[in-house]
Amino acid sequence: MAMATSSRLFWASRAAAYLRISTFPRAFSTVLKDLKYADTHEWVKVEGDSATVGITDHAQDHLGDVVFVELPEVGSSVSQGNNFGAVESVKATSDVNSPVSGEVVEVNEKLSEEPGLVNASPYDKGWIIKVKLSDSGELNSLMDDEKYSKFCEEEDNH
Amino acid sequence: MAAAGLTRATSAARPLMRLVTMSGVPVLQQLHLEERLLRTTGDNWCIINDGTAPPTIVMGVSGRVSELVEIQPVLRDQVPIVRRFSGGGTVIVDQGTVFVTFICNKAAVTGLQPFPRDIMTWSGQLYGKVFDGFGEFHLRENGRLKQHHVSTLSISIFKYLWFMSTSIMLTAMYYSARKHTDFLCRMKEYMPSRSFFTDGVIAALGEQFSVEPTDIETVLSDDDDDEFVPSTKMLSEQDLEGIASSKESLIRV
Repeated sequence: MAMATSSRLFWASRAAAYLRISTFPRAFSTVLKDLKYADTHEWVKVEGDSATVGITDHAQDHLGDVVFVELPEVGSSVSQGNNFGAVESVKATSDVNSPVSGEVVEVNEKLSEEPGLVNASPYDKGWIIKVKLSDSGELNSLMDDEKYSKFCEEEDNH
Repeated sequence: MAAAGLTRATSAARPLMRLVTMSGVPVLQQLHLEERLLRTTGDNWCIINDGTAPPTIVMGVSGRVSELVEIQPVLRDQVPIVRRFSGGGTVIVDQGTVFVTFICNKAAVTGLQPFPRDIMTWSGQLYGKVFDGFGEFHLRENGRLKQHHVSTLSISIFKYLWFMSTSIMLTAMYYSARKHTDFLCRMKEYMPSRSFFTDGVIAALGEQFSVEPTDIETVLSDDDDDEFVPSTKMLSEQDLEGIASSKESLIRV
């Protein structure tokens, strides 16, 4: 039994490394490598001077089934740490705060008809806005995947 | 996950909870005050409004008017509709409604994450103390009280603050097509008086916070933020007529 368990853990960690997913000793929410994270549970993926923003798996899990996403206008400005929209679940409404500053160049229109994408695919199809960055230096104040994982663990165990 | 409990804190350790008590304040004014306190201060607040006038329909931030409200009777009877800044369901409120709102920062309740589950656990314990001995009243996950439905609940999370508003209905009036009379009861049939309920909430809070009554006029006069514009708004007759005559999938007011 012990050997089967360790074998499963070995292959699980190999699979996780291939998929760029961090693994944990306990069953926590998914955290992706190569993303940056805010302490208000938003993620940002940076490609050049463009950034994609959404809420994390930890956040969607705690919020519950999302029923509505309030999106900003394309062309509006966002600033780091300030809210630009909201996510409403069956349990609560939560502000969504931008991890970066810049101009909104695209919003995920699919969320108007399929808000559940935020739950089902928080890091992919459930993205919320795309931003043209105004200050890439702000990324230094965000957490990497390891720090964010630890942050969530500390919050859950507090 | 360790749940945050409603434990008795020592007087030295109790965080400050500023208390505003009002009576009969129009719900639009109440919501504007709450939104201002939430957005412009980082303090903990408890706002109690005992009854409101005129009778008003209050909707959550994402509610679709055409699905939740009978527009023609509302236009005919000129019932105000307010879309509030927070989430949650739709309710009609009047003199028979007691509102209790909490605005809390992250440090207000030890161990409480600003997510619905923790907030519901904490508030359930608080109201459990208030209703203790008055029958089967317990806050359920969907905001309804077990067995007897007397309230609506709105929870919103704003960065490091969380907001929870409960409207306790002493009587009930609905303009919706849904029938609630089969499970709704009147609070007054269970509690000796309204003040008994509000005093109970304040007493329960006092076990955990250092409660400081604050005059509403002081709150408004202290406010230096003239740039703040609340998003809570009353829908105009033109808004409603537009919804009634158009498909709301194209219009969200």
